[in-house]
Amino acid sequence: MREITEHDLDDIARGAAILGTGGGGDPYIGRLLALSAVRTHGPVPLVPLAEVGDDAVVLPVAMMGAPTVMVEKLPSAEQVGLAARTLAGYLGKELTHIACAEAGGVNSLIPVVAAAQLGLPLVDADGMGRAFPELQMVLPTLYGIRATPMSIADEKGNRGVLDTVDNRWAERLARSATIDMGCSAMISNYAMTGGQARESLVPGTLSLCAELGALVRSARASHEDPVAQVVSRLGGRRLFSGKVVDVARRTVTGFARGEARLSGMDGDAGAELVLRFQNEHLVAERDGVVEASVPDLICTLERESGEAVTTEGLRYGQRVTVIAAPADPRWHTPEGIALAGPRYFGYDIDPIGVAG
Amino acid sequence: MRIGIDVGGTNTDAVLLDGRQVLASVKTSTTADVTSGIVAAIDGLQRQRAFDPAAVRAVMIGTTHFINALVEAHRLAPTAAVRLSLPAGASLPPMVDWPQRLVDAVSGRSYLVHGGHEFDGRHIAELDESELRKAADDMGEAGVRSVAITSVFSPVNAEFETRAAEIIGAQLPDVAISLSHEIGRIGLLERENATVINAALRELAAHIVDGLSASVTGAGITAPLYLSQNDGTLMDVDFARRYPVATFASGPTNSMRGAAVLSGLDTCAVVDVGGTTSDVGVLRQGFPREATTDVSVAGIRTNFRMPDVLSIGIGGGSRVRGNVTVGPDSVGYELTSKALVFGGDTLTATDIAVAAGRADIGDASLVSHLDRSLVRAALDRIAADVSDVVERMRTSAEPLPVVAVGGGSVLLPDELAGCGAVHRPENYAVANAIGAAIAQIGGEVDRVYVIEPGRREAVVEEAKQEAVDRAVAAGASPASVGIVDFDEVPIPYLPGNATRIRAKAVGDLQLGA
Repeated sequence: MREITEHDLDDIARGAAILGTGGGGDPYIGRLLALSAVRTHGPVPLVPLAEVGDDAVVLPVAMMGAPTVMVEKLPSAEQVGLAARTLAGYLGKELTHIACAEAGGVNSLIPVVAAAQLGLPLVDADGMGRAFPELQMVLPTLYGIRATPMSIADEKGNRGVLDTVDNRWAERLARSATIDMGCSAMISNYAMTGGQARESLVPGTLSLCAELGALVRSARASHEDPVAQVVSRLGGRRLFSGKVVDVARRTVTGFARGEARLSGMDGDAGAELVLRFQNEHLVAERDGVVEASVPDLICTLERESGEAVTTEGLRYGQRVTVIAAPADPRWHTPEGIALAGPRYFGYDIDPIGVAG
Repeated sequence: MRIGIDVGGTNTDAVLLDGRQVLASVKTSTTADVTSGIVAAIDGLQRQRAFDPAAVRAVMIGTTHFINALVEAHRLAPTAAVRLSLPAGASLPPMVDWPQRLVDAVSGRSYLVHGGHEFDGRHIAELDESELRKAADDMGEAGVRSVAITSVFSPVNAEFETRAAEIIGAQLPDVAISLSHEIGRIGLLERENATVINAALRELAAHIVDGLSASVTGAGITAPLYLSQNDGTLMDVDFARRYPVATFASGPTNSMRGAAVLSGLDTCAVVDVGGTTSDVGVLRQGFPREATTDVSVAGIRTNFRMPDVLSIGIGGGSRVRGNVTVGPDSVGYELTSKALVFGGDTLTATDIAVAAGRADIGDASLVSHLDRSLVRAALDRIAADVSDVVERMRTSAEPLPVVAVGGGSVLLPDELAGCGAVHRPENYAVANAIGAAIAQIGGEVDRVYVIEPGRREAVVEEAKQEAVDRAVAAGASPASVGIVDFDEVPIPYLPGNATRIRAKAVGDLQLGA
């Protein structure tokens, strides 16, 4: 795929929801926005990470805030473009590429909108290779790339540029601004050169989203098992098939944390799996033993259709298959684990690697 | 006494009830004009058990008319969608994701104007009244006859929708106006879609409601007429004129509610086995559990209140094949010419029921040659598939009793594996009309509350009381009103412990003297 056309968007949305590991928001609005942007401005060129030149100016863009708000107060393509233009203006640089901060849910599609709106190519890569809840949780942080200056823009035309002492402060101040902007804003941050992008981003994730979406679609059409196809493509493994028997949620400092309990079916009959999440799935425990954890990907898929189920959408009685897939190896370095390992999220355990 | 009528695509069923006792029940064919079918049904009741029309205190009707009109894109009014959201939302205009056929059918026009609220009640922008007047001018010139108004976060604060309706109504006094906060929930595109559908059906609703009223008064009945809604509660005819969309899923709801009354079980799974499909829903305290996900209607994504129903392609007309499958294809209305017991050449589930001695339909000798093991295998297949669906619909490990209704329910065994005994109430074939007759009056609240520390109990009480007040205002007898559904979901990324609370109250209809 060397360009994203309107026909690719369904697959990208479906695949992005899988890499969203239960978070990332419902990609429906993102898909509609991208569809409208691509129809208006034409297909978006997709540039492999390896082909991004050293002197390129690469800007990731994303939506920040509550998906629950975004489905009510719809963002606009102009707002997405405004976030990127604002940061470019502050930096005094001519943008050459748009990038994706997070592969998952709505934020895999917002960069497509930005690229179409600004007439720029999109880099086939992202900053995580999955979805995470906080904005400092990207691989560029490990390479010393600063989150700020970062821009934030609302639908009214209000814009802000933050310049903070570290990436954690960027998360904190941006979140406050997002709330004042009505809990759904567009941001652009981690401005980087082509060289930095090649070093720090995860290559091929938009193509991967499209490929995963297409695998699920075609497996379903030919009555094959879509979950098996996803597991094989991601080099992961099937953890558990079962029925959701309990979901407990609570809001802690603005994040939805909770657990879902699954009672096993088929080969897993008699066993129980507990999923712990903070927007995204963080830990999977089978009969009290941790089987997978962040930074690796834990995804819930509808058992038959292979469609991703978000943590907000988990409900009693659903039949799901839980799979785990290896994260980018850089997340398993000591720095990566400090940034997004189980202890960061308050679990006193060492990360369990799927690949191991 | 009251009369319940269910106007389905094929049959119009009617019952005469005294309290919860069934005095008479009839099944007639639905007629193209609907009203003559209803007149025939009421006549049928009268013949079965003569009654004094003046003694009828209420007539309740469930109808699939409006959803059929949408699916067939039939008689929809030229409609405009007005969205109060600017500067937000301009990239995704109203009807953006609709099938073009339906946009054309409603001559859909859309207007984006300033307004809307933030999640916490602040204004996104002030309402621009001159913009609205200009839009109204344009609608007038274009011949728009019905208008759907949607404002951002109107379920939290409806002031802008109400004000916009005043302005447009003042300028275009003859157009019908539908407001989104009265129709759907949070999720702007889905709520707006439901509101536009409602608007497009308003003229047809007026016509149908007049017809229904005329057929009832024609039978000498002076009691008020009610229509049943998706959630199993009633609306009066004025409400039905304004909110036809609220009748869309009343068919399955009425079957389920009727099953509850007939079986005396108010928390159960209901399996309604028809000719083509088996529909399974779950009743909680006598009311159907609602779908929490978006529901597509005629290819349009909506989020209004619909029962959570799972259908599988197994019914009396399902084809049975050798090794052994049942459905999902059906001989449908050709059952009486295609099934073996009627001299046809197609093995159907009805033939299996007759061969197994569970039903006495057609000529049993025409299926006496069927291999016993085939009959057994087909029945087992049906039982296994239905029990799997029931299993799916269960929401807890607690055992859930199963009630079977509908003409095809003879296909089910007395015991479903993993689910227990199957209850088969009397009058199962007219469960839907009974469900319409016993429907109650409801009131609901669905809003995002900012809950300050220590205030949770008070906020919850406030929400419940408002739901009760709304039910009473809608005509429920105050002594009978209670909360039947309550749901509290914390919203991530929002400050101040923002929580979405839904409370639903229902009570018996207060009948006039």
